[in-house]
Amino acid sequence: MPGLIGKKIGMTSVFDEGVNTPCTVLEAGPCVVTQIRTLEKEGYESVQIAFDEKKEKHTSKAMAGHFKKANTTPKRKVVELRGFIHKWKVGDQITVDYFENDIWLDVTAVSKGKGFQGVVKRHGFGGVGDNTHGQHNRQRAPGSLGGSSWPSRVFKGLRMAGRMGGKKVKVLNLKLVKIIPENNLLLLKGSVPGAKGSYVIIESPDRI
Amino acid sequence: MDLIKIAENQFNIKNEFPAFKAGDTITVHYKIIEGNKERVQQYRGVVLQRHGSGMSETFTVRKMSGNIGVERIFPVNSPFINKIEVNKHGQVRRARIFYFRGLTGKKARIQERRMKYPESYDTEEKGQET
Repeated sequence: MPGLIGKKIGMTSVFDEGVNTPCTVLEAGPCVVTQIRTLEKEGYESVQIAFDEKKEKHTSKAMAGHFKKANTTPKRKVVELRGFIHKWKVGDQITVDYFENDIWLDVTAVSKGKGFQGVVKRHGFGGVGDNTHGQHNRQRAPGSLGGSSWPSRVFKGLRMAGRMGGKKVKVLNLKLVKIIPENNLLLLKGSVPGAKGSYVIIESPDRI
Repeated sequence: MDLIKIAENQFNIKNEFPAFKAGDTITVHYKIIEGNKERVQQYRGVVLQRHGSGMSETFTVRKMSGNIGVERIFPVNSPFINKIEVNKHGQVRRARIFYFRGLTGKKARIQERRMKYPESYDTEEKGQET
């Protein structure tokens, strides 16, 4: 889906049309078009965009050359997005104004890592719910993993404890509350995955 | 943080109220919309705390409604607040007086603060600095 790369700034609440609305503030763009992928050359169509300044000395020579081709400074985050209707050219800038006519937006980001977590937090198991009647230290244990002599194994995909979070998550249909073009800011109703300062991809699903 | 403030400033007009803090008795005049009618209601009680900062700051007001304690949380910058009157400046030692919930009868009284400049806290603070 077409959209922009952004950065999560944080959350606040504003009175939007008389209702106290929880909002996430995102810094969106401006993104520079660094490459156009075409059906003839790469076999599919997409637009490669880049966001967030970085220093020349932190850029590999290969990437430095790539940014030079687009006539722009080195950027930290490079992402390919499909589905732009507008025919962008290499070196063009896409700003927050791009979302001017949108009502709902989707946001993709890497969720906060929670480390190794048990089944109660990770999968919403109920736990035991009682501290007495012989529970000893089994209050948050998963319980039985399945049958015994049949099937003599644990089924694949059984929900168990393990690493939680730190995965790519997409949140659909966040209401666009306000665009502030002077500061490249975007206010979306509700929360967005990831920590403050992490990169997000903001997409507008309405436009195919 | 600054970018959040920029975003907040696009929305709310900062309400101008007299300074008050925990322990003060205040009257909040707030608008209620019933259907398409609007009327102003008053809520008088003791401020338990001021919570948060910036545009999302709130304050809690506790009052006794008959025998039942009622607490209401207002956003400081709510567009529904018309006016706030400070009826009494209370003398308390903490910023959040949750212990006040447990007090009844004669114990549930707050000593009045003796103000050097009774108009507002601002002038009082200035007076102490100089």
